[in-house]
Amino acid sequence: MIQFDAVHKRFPNGTTAVHDLSLEIPEGGVTVLVGSSGCGKTTTLRMINRMVEPTSGTIEVGGKDITRQDAAELRRSIGYVIQQAGLFPHRTVLDNIATVPLLLGHGRRKARSRAAELLETVGLTAEAGKRYPHQLSGGQQQRVGVARALAADPPVLLMDEPFGAVDPVVRTQLQDELLRLQKELNKTIVFVTHDVDEAVRLGDQIAIFRTGGHLVQCASPAELLARPADDFVADFLGAERGLKLLSLRTLAEVPQGPAPEGGTWSLVLDAAHKPLHWASPDAEIPVRPLTDNDSLLSALNESIASPTGLIARVDAAGVLTGVSSRDDIHTHAGQAHSEARVAA
Amino acid sequence: MTIDWSWIGDHTDDLTTLTVSHLQAALSAVFFGVLISLPLAVVAHRIRPLRGFLLGVSNILFTIPSIAIFVLLLPISGLTRTTTVIGLTVYTLVVLLRNTVEGLDSVPAKTKEAAKAMGTRPLRTLLTVEFPLALPVIMAGVRIATVMSISLVSVATYIGDGGLGQLFTDGFQRDFPTPVIAGVVLTILLAVVADAALVALQYVLTPWKRRRA
Repeated sequence: MIQFDAVHKRFPNGTTAVHDLSLEIPEGGVTVLVGSSGCGKTTTLRMINRMVEPTSGTIEVGGKDITRQDAAELRRSIGYVIQQAGLFPHRTVLDNIATVPLLLGHGRRKARSRAAELLETVGLTAEAGKRYPHQLSGGQQQRVGVARALAADPPVLLMDEPFGAVDPVVRTQLQDELLRLQKELNKTIVFVTHDVDEAVRLGDQIAIFRTGGHLVQCASPAELLARPADDFVADFLGAERGLKLLSLRTLAEVPQGPAPEGGTWSLVLDAAHKPLHWASPDAEIPVRPLTDNDSLLSALNESIASPTGLIARVDAAGVLTGVSSRDDIHTHAGQAHSEARVAA
Repeated sequence: MTIDWSWIGDHTDDLTTLTVSHLQAALSAVFFGVLISLPLAVVAHRIRPLRGFLLGVSNILFTIPSIAIFVLLLPISGLTRTTTVIGLTVYTLVVLLRNTVEGLDSVPAKTKEAAKAMGTRPLRTLLTVEFPLALPVIMAGVRIATVMSISLVSVATYIGDGGLGQLFTDGFQRDFPTPVIAGVVLTILLAVVADAALVALQYVLTPWKRRRA
């Protein structure tokens, strides 16, 4: 756990970057610090590994006051990922990843074999390990950055807008992989971004900052979207707050029934009972089946595209389990919406 | 102007000795120049107010006429190789110091920041991150300093040293062009070979610069 207690940061030029911050970052979860530029989110992150020293207040990591530890040793025990990776251009990818194990005195051979393991963890080939950073794409460099941060298996990972410099498609991939990795590794992750969608996607907890270094609200994404603390938070989350909330709810809560028979449209299955398309006497419309893990937002989207207003639901193997109607989805979506309305 | 090939044939041993001595003088100067420049450049790079001062001093030293520098050193180190090397070293500083400072300046702030955030201490960052990344710019300075020193060694003939420069005095005094031509050709050859060797050295030392993706 990371604990901020009445932390102030004023820079020598007089600007207050962080104002009276008290914040608890729980163990094993992703806490996203979000806000527009100059709101103190990056300063907050950098105070955790003492890249910035607070003017007053205390910060504890794992119950220990960080100012009582040697700064370099503290940093080796905390993974750090920055925008555009910040890799060492003169070291091979493998040696970049091995940086912290080498600093910890693990020996070159051991450090390299650990680095090779991590290459695989972040989805890179062994061949990529022999290359230099400039020979990789932006997305690959970012993966190396994550691998380097994980090399010494630190319990805490700090990520400063790590996916800010890659294109949207690669960013989504990297986000998915971070979520997959996090399921395995269960690190305490502090993640800085200015992108609300990224925050909602990745965060178990989101802390919204306002210019001047004020923490406005800190809550789970669902809580935040349903009950924003004030107009600033509501504005920051954007007009599609309701839709974002739907993206957090899953289809699991929506009831399903048997596929209809005898209407104009029928659902055509293959031999393995996997949905193929909707068919009428004179048309065929492709169907995108959804699982319980899909969001209410994709369900709503799919029901609008479907000629019957029904969505086909399948299990993990892709076998049809039933259908849900647009009305069923609407009812559940409406509940989410009304919660958001009541709060606003 | 004709070349007396038989003189060259008779003096191969002398020519070899002079060439080796010439190269030794020049390389010693570059070696000590680098040795002095590295720490001074770190100081100039880290402490901004000292930067202008140190670069200014190296510029002023460079403007002292070469013969004057040897004369000034005579009371201290006399008619020795030491005098030659000290004089030449002073001249290498102007280019070595400037290039080393610029090399250190060229290291991206982001990279130094990353090193610090990984828990690398300042000295280790300097040795394993900053110097390697500054190397291409430093090596450009070393190449200039080396070629410059090789051409300057001859001036030390006035204090009885001077490597291949002795061939010039010999030739002029006897009005005999062959040693002069041999001296010029060997000096140029030395400079070209030394420069090529440094290019090769840089290639070996900077593997990350080789294959551009």
